[in-house]
Amino acid sequence: MSKDVLLSAPMMGKVIQIDVNPGDRVEEEDEAIVIEAMKMETPIYIPCDGTISKVNVKVGDTVEEDDLLLSIAPE
Amino acid sequence: MDFILFLVKTTGFLHLTPGMVLMWCIGIGLIYLAIAKNYEPLLLLPIGFGILLANLPLAGLMVPEEGLLWKFYHYGIQWEVIPPLIFLGLGALTDFGPMLARPSLLFLGAGAQAGVYITFFVAQSMGFTIHEAATIGIIGGADGPTTIFLASKLAPHMLGVCAVAAYSYMALVPIIQPPIMRFMTTEDERKIRMKKTRKVNKLEKIFFPVVAALLIILLIPAAAPLISMFMLGNLFRVAKVVERLTHASQNELLNIVTIFLGLPVGATMNAEVFLQPKVLFIFCLGLVAFSISTATGILLAKIMNLFPGDKINPLLGAAGVSAVPMAARVVHKVAQEADKKNYLLMYAMGPNVAGVIGTVIAAGIFLTLLK
Repeated sequence: MSKDVLLSAPMMGKVIQIDVNPGDRVEEEDEAIVIEAMKMETPIYIPCDGTISKVNVKVGDTVEEDDLLLSIAPE
Repeated sequence: MDFILFLVKTTGFLHLTPGMVLMWCIGIGLIYLAIAKNYEPLLLLPIGFGILLANLPLAGLMVPEEGLLWKFYHYGIQWEVIPPLIFLGLGALTDFGPMLARPSLLFLGAGAQAGVYITFFVAQSMGFTIHEAATIGIIGGADGPTTIFLASKLAPHMLGVCAVAAYSYMALVPIIQPPIMRFMTTEDERKIRMKKTRKVNKLEKIFFPVVAALLIILLIPAAAPLISMFMLGNLFRVAKVVERLTHASQNELLNIVTIFLGLPVGATMNAEVFLQPKVLFIFCLGLVAFSISTATGILLAKIMNLFPGDKINPLLGAAGVSAVPMAARVVHKVAQEADKKNYLLMYAMGPNVAGVIGTVIAAGIFLTLLK
């Protein structure tokens, strides 16, 4: 089995929505998480096809740039 | 009978002019845009109401030495108290981190001021006086307090119009900028992803406002009132030892002065001053200034890409106008249209805050050369 692909936060902000759960099958460019920064909601998209193995944040968390958001077991 | 006639004459009704009623419509229009469309409501709402108040006969709110709004205007704006206090609050709200992480993006904040200067020459050739032309040009920086500051010094009779133009274009950033941005860049350019920036440490953040204040004020002393307050506010923020002052600058003080900024700005717009064909030209030229600024910012980013080194996404140039953070948000959105996984927001904040400084410097240069 290949190594998990990690999705980290591209910018600091507050997590306001999580669209995926562990075990979900996802495709590249699916919306994964919505972060609010500069009073704007920014959707963060899935980097590759695969299955979500772990979600590291919850709604309301404040994340810094590069914080791990979730990991994906790629196909 | 005579007595009733006398009473009627003491009311304002007999003294109303069609111009005043037309101004009411404009004031109500701004209030409508603020409430229904959420266009810069913090400013357009008090400005709109100020317009209503300034066009009521016999009320005398703008009578020199006597009127209430005249006092706000004279001691707040003409004495240049309020715009610098606004800048204190903006300084406390501004994070220079993204700009310090990639100082080359500073140039984009300067490049996007080209519209200011180009429009200055265009307005002059159209018959505006040199002072009026400078005030119209500064609208292109899309910075409200700076526009008001410069107008109060160079062309007070145009203050209201220019302020409304500046705030309208700030509100319309998401509508005006994207077509220009798409026209000026290719799909591939919009897809350029930025290289990760370095981390900025606390010491750099503390040094910046101090060094920038000294340097800019030494270079352009006329920019001192705005730059000094802007950098002081920022020093409050980054020092992290005066949370109370930071908080007060960002919230209570900023909110209070915002009230005293909008109302008298609106009140400068009475029918005689406002209802002239000139005013339409001012709005058009302001839009031209703002569009050129957007375009030259992008152009400069493309020129920077001709040099060896990491390529930058030319859309960032559009964030060089100082509408913070609207311009940065627009850059982010247009880039995501081309590539969903391109997140430019924080990169765009660099040129965006640089643009604020750039517009203040442009105003300082005008003041130095024209006063």
